[in-house]
Amino acid sequence: MTEDQHVPFGMPRPGAVDVATAVPETPAGNGVTSAPGAKATPDTVGINVEAEARASGVFDVIADLDRELVGLDPVKMRIREIASLLVVDMARRRFGLEAERPNLHMCFTGSPGTGKTTVAMRMATVLHRLGYLAKGHLVAVTRDELVGQYIGHTAPKTREVLKRAMGGVLFIDEAYYLHRQENERDYGQEAIEILLQVMENQRNDIVVILAGYRDRMDQFFSSNPGMGSRIAHHIDFPDYDLDALVAIARIMLDRQRYTFSSGAEPAFRELMSRRMTQPRFANARSVRNALERARLRQANRLVSEGRLVTRDDLMRIEAADIYKSRWFTEAPDADSLDGGIASAG
Amino acid sequence: MHLTQGTFSYLPPLTDTQVRAQVQYALDNNWALSVEFTDDPHPRNFLWEMWGLPMFDMRDPAAILLEVQRCRDAYPARYVRVNAYDRQLGRQTTALSFIVQRPTNETGFRLERQEGPDRQVRYTLHAYATDRASGERYEG
Repeated sequence: MTEDQHVPFGMPRPGAVDVATAVPETPAGNGVTSAPGAKATPDTVGINVEAEARASGVFDVIADLDRELVGLDPVKMRIREIASLLVVDMARRRFGLEAERPNLHMCFTGSPGTGKTTVAMRMATVLHRLGYLAKGHLVAVTRDELVGQYIGHTAPKTREVLKRAMGGVLFIDEAYYLHRQENERDYGQEAIEILLQVMENQRNDIVVILAGYRDRMDQFFSSNPGMGSRIAHHIDFPDYDLDALVAIARIMLDRQRYTFSSGAEPAFRELMSRRMTQPRFANARSVRNALERARLRQANRLVSEGRLVTRDDLMRIEAADIYKSRWFTEAPDADSLDGGIASAG
Repeated sequence: MHLTQGTFSYLPPLTDTQVRAQVQYALDNNWALSVEFTDDPHPRNFLWEMWGLPMFDMRDPAAILLEVQRCRDAYPARYVRVNAYDRQLGRQTTALSFIVQRPTNETGFRLERQEGPDRQVRYTLHAYATDRASGERYEG
């Protein structure tokens, strides 16, 4: 159905008005930096790329990311680079230097609890601010939501998820489960094919981010070369060191209006250094769980003491609340300890 | 004969950009969209065949346009329309419905007159297309 088939109609059609003709021409060198969408003439004028970026609010999001997420320097660097590329791309388009829309599909690898989902959410906001995504929401799914249980179930299911994620980011956690090497008739393959098709054909409407462990992700890409080649950005999330974990704990407590007493912080550091060596350590998630446990113990202590509590008491977590953790009281034999709750404090 | 049914029926056919804008308007109003197709264009045939289920929880028009395109590809010679359903209590009805594809050769209708008692005449519309079996109506 094309424009020229139309029967002429005696009314102005708002949708048909060309944007270029609707916007009054501004003289070159005047208002170019302030009117987004206006075409700049080559050679004569410059665009302040940095001012553009600031106006779009992208670097606010990145600054938030810097402030709220501890460590992760390589990740922040890559996100800053991607954001800069997109800003420069916008500027280039204003000079009529048409470039193909960059490939934005990404792969986040790293241990659990290193902030992959959080960063993906910020990425969605960044892309939305830059105008690469219409809505900028995040739809997080795993294999269960993409792969069906019988023949003919997978395609509609995958397509449904993809449609929900249109205009935003589709975040596939532990994406390597989509591919089951031992079973070549697994329905996961069908989901991968539909994903690939949409990732290729609807690049303007959706950004797909795959996440998972590094080694298994590499394996996944080697058995699905089509997937690997369609992903431009591979970002590795490093594990946190002890200082970073304590800093994370401080931020988490601050957000919930708690504080460590002077003795509690070294105690927590000690707890984390023990926890880090144990299996199923989940970085920031383990920190959160340890703090949840500490809050429970603090509440229990306050109730059983049976005295008047002050505002300060309610906010403070004491060293005793932390030393009661089973990582201190029990023998650190992980097999006997970790019955079910993977990263309990 | 240009079929005039639904919203915007007296406007020229909408372009994809315009369809996208209308779908965006429906999404902004929290209406659920669905895609339907038919090759029986009689005005009283309001129950067209559904292309998949109605789409809830969509955020972006791209999702609906994806289904529209899939339906067009599957049925290039049929009418395709987009419906928007307003589920709000008190309304609960189709809020917007417009044609997004029509066959290249729209054959139109003939008027039939049936003589009744007392020189009464009953009028009825008959779509030429329905003389042929479903699926062969708009080919060639």
